[in-house]
Amino acid sequence: MPMSYFIGLSVVMFAMGILGVLLRRNPLVVFMSLELMFNSANLLFVAFSAYHQVLDGQLFVFFVMTTAAAEVAVGLALIVAIFKAKRTIDLDQMSSLKG
Amino acid sequence: MSLGLIFMYAALALVVVISGVGLITSRNAIYAALFLVLNFITVALLYIALGAPFIALAQVTVYAGSIMVLFLFVIMLLGAEQLPIAEPLRGQRVLGILLAVAFLAEMMLFVMLRGAPTIAGQAVSPEFSTPATIGMLLFERYLLPFEMTAGILLAATVGAVFMTRQPRPEHKSALPAVREEGQE
Amino acid sequence: MSLNEIASLHPFFQLAPLVVFLPVLGLLINLLVGKRLGEKGIGAVASLATGGAFAVAVLLAVGLAQVSEGGTLTLANWINLGDLDVNWSFRIDTLSVLMMLVVSGVGTLIHIYSIGYMHSDVRHNEDPGRFRRFFVYLNLFIAFMMVLVSSDNFLMLFVGWEGVGLCSYLLIGFWFEKGADGIGNARAAKKAFVVNRIGDFGLLIALFLLFYNFGTLNFTEIFAQAPAVAAAAPGAIMAITLFMLLGVTGKSAQLPLYVWLPDAMAGPTPVSALIHAATMVTAGVYLVARSQALYFEVPAAQNAVMWVGALTALFAATIAVGQYDIKKVLAYSTISQLGFMVAAVGMGATVAGMFHLTTHAFFKALLFLGAGSVILGVEHGHAHAHAGEHGHDSFDPQDMREMGGLRKRMPLTFIVYLIGALALAGIAPLAGFFSKDEILAAANEKSIGVYVLLTAAAFLTAFYMGRQLLMVFFGKPRSGASEKAAESPLLVTLPLVILALLSVFGGALNLPGSHLLETWLEHSLAETAPGQFVLTVALISIGIALLGLLLAWLVYGRKPIFEKGQPDPLRRPLNGLFKALENKWWVDEFYHTVIVRPYQSIAKFSAGAVDQGVIDGVVNGMGSLVQSGAKAWRRYQNGYVRSYALTIVFGVVLVITYLVLR
Repeated sequence: MPMSYFIGLSVVMFAMGILGVLLRRNPLVVFMSLELMFNSANLLFVAFSAYHQVLDGQLFVFFVMTTAAAEVAVGLALIVAIFKAKRTIDLDQMSSLKG
Repeated sequence: MSLGLIFMYAALALVVVISGVGLITSRNAIYAALFLVLNFITVALLYIALGAPFIALAQVTVYAGSIMVLFLFVIMLLGAEQLPIAEPLRGQRVLGILLAVAFLAEMMLFVMLRGAPTIAGQAVSPEFSTPATIGMLLFERYLLPFEMTAGILLAATVGAVFMTRQPRPEHKSALPAVREEGQE
Repeated sequence: MSLNEIASLHPFFQLAPLVVFLPVLGLLINLLVGKRLGEKGIGAVASLATGGAFAVAVLLAVGLAQVSEGGTLTLANWINLGDLDVNWSFRIDTLSVLMMLVVSGVGTLIHIYSIGYMHSDVRHNEDPGRFRRFFVYLNLFIAFMMVLVSSDNFLMLFVGWEGVGLCSYLLIGFWFEKGADGIGNARAAKKAFVVNRIGDFGLLIALFLLFYNFGTLNFTEIFAQAPAVAAAAPGAIMAITLFMLLGVTGKSAQLPLYVWLPDAMAGPTPVSALIHAATMVTAGVYLVARSQALYFEVPAAQNAVMWVGALTALFAATIAVGQYDIKKVLAYSTISQLGFMVAAVGMGATVAGMFHLTTHAFFKALLFLGAGSVILGVEHGHAHAHAGEHGHDSFDPQDMREMGGLRKRMPLTFIVYLIGALALAGIAPLAGFFSKDEILAAANEKSIGVYVLLTAAAFLTAFYMGRQLLMVFFGKPRSGASEKAAESPLLVTLPLVILALLSVFGGALNLPGSHLLETWLEHSLAETAPGQFVLTVALISIGIALLGLLLAWLVYGRKPIFEKGQPDPLRRPLNGLFKALENKWWVDEFYHTVIVRPYQSIAKFSAGAVDQGVIDGVVNGMGSLVQSGAKAWRRYQNGYVRSYALTIVFGVVLVITYLVLR
């Protein structure tokens, strides 16, 4: 299978992640879009790992997953804390830091 | 390459795209989460095709399994709120779509201009990415990043616990002003 | 030379740094533990420090008597920057040691005198706590003066030069909250400082030019190169010497920058004696004498120095005739005598100039200290005559019109004052006669115009000293204060007696026959000629001195003066002229109109229109520009996470665009 297949797929996934982050107001969905973008990057890692016959790419995927897990834990905790304080999770309600 | 294989890859790509679109369009967060699980599993199949069974299984168990379960828990906890569709930020939707399309187009252009290689040999030996070889690499060359990742996970756990805990009532009485009153 | 090398020349030479460090030690002791020492202890420490410096100077002189070439002792490297290489080093030669002897010798006597004088002065001014401060300043002054005279390069000399200027400022303003309107003394100090700054600017420019043309600031190297550089760039040497002259006019109170010295009399009397008569103001004379090698290269600059000195000598002498303040008379006399010295070094008679510097230090210090003793006595008398009364505001203990008849009440002061006055007037065989005569003889040879000017100044000197003597000590007491005046204590009169002896016998330093000073100084100075003794000049000099004294007696001595507010007897015959003298030729007023007033309006313009208008406008404009810019930009800081994310993606797209197009 040509590399362009994986690259193209990865780019499409990433673009969809961008759209999700920019357009959705539910922070949970925004988070999921972020995971989608992580996945697109991971896919490229694995594809190039196979292409170069080097295992390090797969290890990077491993690290990305772990870090993403940490990120999700903190992010979800933040969302819960915000919900407790404001009784909503609408991202557009959280603009108290505006200049 | 056989026609069947091409069909298989095309189907997998289609599932990935459809599940992605579903993720960003479904109004209900539960559906979005389920679409993401589908996406993860499909990508895990691609991983297997690329000769990375360990990563594929980790993807399924860690990502599609535990992380998404965490997502679903939080969605349940917060009541899966449905937010109004109307876009309050002027130009956000148009600009967002424009930028995403521009990104897509540019990346495609980039890949075409640079000329993407094909996967050489295709035949990845079974020993290439066994858990044993991955484990050797992880605990030899990547030991320090591994330990640092462990630290990050620990910090994230502690942080998450700290942020979501209930403020204890006796902490309020520990405020200086209150304590002074108590002394006198 | 290092310590060992100089010690091999003569063991005493290695003591040279002590002339600076002993006074510093004294001031440190007084600064740190002076409060516990008490007045006696403070005075003893300060006097011992200065006296120690004097002892070292004597030892150096002994050493020089055997090894007359002297040497330089390098303590440390100070500045080493590119071509500029300056050391902290002491030059031990006959000229610098002569200055050390004068400074520390007269300085020690004045320190001792100050113990007695300041004891009553701080009480009279109702702040005994300042006793210690006075002696700290005094020791600091001695230390800086020693740096000035002992340096072996122009930069270290400049350090001393500025240091003594600072001490002068501090001591003029010692009672800074006193004087006219409560700021009179502070004003006088400020004036001295600012006027000196003008002169120091000249010296600084001279230093820059020296370094630019010679590539060094070291005395020996510069003087060795002087003829070569003068041949290559005569204009440069001319500029250097003339800018140096500007420095001299500032520090040594010559025309046109002399105006600070009379006002400097606001300082306590020992300060006037030490700094503003005997030592600091002679730094300019020392500078010209030291830089003699440069001046010899440009006769025009020499002439300028000579004429400045001669004109100052006469000009200041005329003003002294019209003054009533006992210290102001002496101040103008000092300016006049400094004019003599400057004229002498200008005409190349360096030995004569240094000779007069030395004798003048003796008798002018004596006169000032005597005046201080008179002031003490009158203050004492005032306190007794008006015991129980409140306020002595209208009373001025320095006004000679309020004195009179003090001869009987302060006999010792009278005798020493008489000696000082006669020495100053140039009556043989007192010290002033020989030194002044040597200058007059040199002038006679060099330029008849200068000779006439100086002789006229000498005549006026005798006249105003006679006037002062008659007004202060003769006649009848003209106020209750002078009626009750009493002799000063021993601590005050003892230095007076010593100085009086020096004033009598100081002439022996360079008697026409022996030329002791000349043979002493010829090791340091490039060209010296034995001072001439011209009998006619000497006779004329004594003649006009006696004439001046006689005229003074005719005007002031025969009948009672200043009874019932009667004006000065000279006023009627001289009329407008005397008014001009009384008002110091309106020089201060002239400077005020021509320089100070325009300067102030320029300053006001700069402060108002330029600073507040333009500069503040620019600064405030920057501020409001940033403010309005921030106001415009803050719209983008709208608090919406998704907007920020949009911006980030925009940046990502831009970067990718660059990568694609690259």
